[in-house]
Amino acid sequence: MKDSLLHFIHSLFESLRDLLPILLVIAFFQLVILQQPIPNLGELLYGSFLVVLGLTLFVQGLEMGLFPLGESMAYAFARKGSVLWLLAFAFALGFGTTIAEPALIAVAEEASKVAAAHGAIENSLQAMEAYADGLRYTVALSVGIALVIGVLRIVFGWAIQYLIIGGYFGVVVMTAFAPEEIIGIAYDSGGVTTSTITVPLVTALGVGLASSIKGRNPMTDGFGLIAFASLTPMMFVMGYGMVIG
Amino acid sequence: MNPMLNLLHTLSDTIFDVLPIVVIIFGFQFLVIRRQIPHLGRVLLGFVYVLLGLALFLDGLEIALFPIGKLMAQQLTDPVFIYGKIADVAMTLHWQDYMYVYLFAASIGFATTIAEPSLLAVAIKAQEVSGGAIGVWGLRIAVAIGVALGIALGTFRIVTGTPLHYYIMVGYIIVMLQTIFTPKTIIALAYDSGGVTTSTVTVPMVAALGLGLASTVPGRSPLLDGFGLIAFASLFPMITVMGYAQISHWRATRALKKSQ
Repeated sequence: MKDSLLHFIHSLFESLRDLLPILLVIAFFQLVILQQPIPNLGELLYGSFLVVLGLTLFVQGLEMGLFPLGESMAYAFARKGSVLWLLAFAFALGFGTTIAEPALIAVAEEASKVAAAHGAIENSLQAMEAYADGLRYTVALSVGIALVIGVLRIVFGWAIQYLIIGGYFGVVVMTAFAPEEIIGIAYDSGGVTTSTITVPLVTALGVGLASSIKGRNPMTDGFGLIAFASLTPMMFVMGYGMVIG
Repeated sequence: MNPMLNLLHTLSDTIFDVLPIVVIIFGFQFLVIRRQIPHLGRVLLGFVYVLLGLALFLDGLEIALFPIGKLMAQQLTDPVFIYGKIADVAMTLHWQDYMYVYLFAASIGFATTIAEPSLLAVAIKAQEVSGGAIGVWGLRIAVAIGVALGIALGTFRIVTGTPLHYYIMVGYIIVMLQTIFTPKTIIALAYDSGGVTTSTVTVPMVAALGLGLASTVPGRSPLLDGFGLIAFASLFPMITVMGYAQISHWRATRALKKSQ
């Protein structure tokens, strides 16, 4: 009991150290450059306390829950020997976690405003909502497909660089044909799709798969699932813009 | 609003966001795998910690950091701050006048990346898998430098109004060239680091900065030019992580040569 308490206090300090750079940057710019007092100091301290406590609990839960869960599922699928179920799981995980992602919902809404302003769609609330929903499903589909490709890569041991660089080539070619107003959104959508809970889970799944399949190296083959999940949305969103626009 | 109530609200939001993941995992676990999860109690407790931790984290950011971060982004991009007088704005626009904006972009990009929970998760895993060859802090700092460079360059792009895709294409070419020379073991991790950096902390802060810039710099539209910062923040970490690997590799081989 005493040990775990000590461990907890130690982790609290580590989280505090993680947050410290943000506090320093804010203090420096506010006091030295903008030369203004820090507003609501009480709230800042209270909020920072919550952030530190939250980060500590998150890391604790990561090691206890998300990592073991991702790995045990990877082992179970590998033992079962059914690639098809594994791919179905990968797709469901990618699609399911992306469709509800709050950051994506926000970006899709912004994108519908841009499209309406450029006359790609009708300037009505209904048309904009339909556009935003379509975009969200497109991105979710692309992340599902990304995880399927990523898992196939681990299973068959394909080298990641050819696939990713090939993907970049696709992005560059599509950029030339996509409507200009969608390009910024498409490029950004690659970054916002992977949430804080999906990342540890997917990473543990990949590493678990690579270490349970013979001939795969967890370092070379285990990582890379997130890379696919941030590449395919760019292509799919530009494709969406080309079809709708 | 009551702080406790606020927290409960965030917690219910977080649980709602996680629901699809839980349904998928337990659906597959019971219908396809049909095998008990080892240490089920501990895993479930871990899940509760993750949810509670994330809710506290998000609530704390909402209370403490986002308001002041957004306010500062507005103030720093305000023409009155940059030019001293509003009258001068329409006449001249020099990208050099925005030095503080680039500096803020770089430092806030660096700082938020250090606090990013998804990156921490990947770094912990990478250290574990590489047997300590890749350190948690080494990776996090390499990624944070990448985000700092990326966002600073991204704000420069908004100020100058140059097309986004030129920057991204040059970035891709650098990534391709580095891929040829980087130790093979790091490539997948480096590619991953692009996607994990932009998450709960960085996106809202950076979006405020982009939006603030695009709406105050003359000739930019927030709808068109406000986007693109996230793209920079996901591209540059790949370059710096591969750079980090190349430098460590080079130093290791040099040390080996010296000892022989």
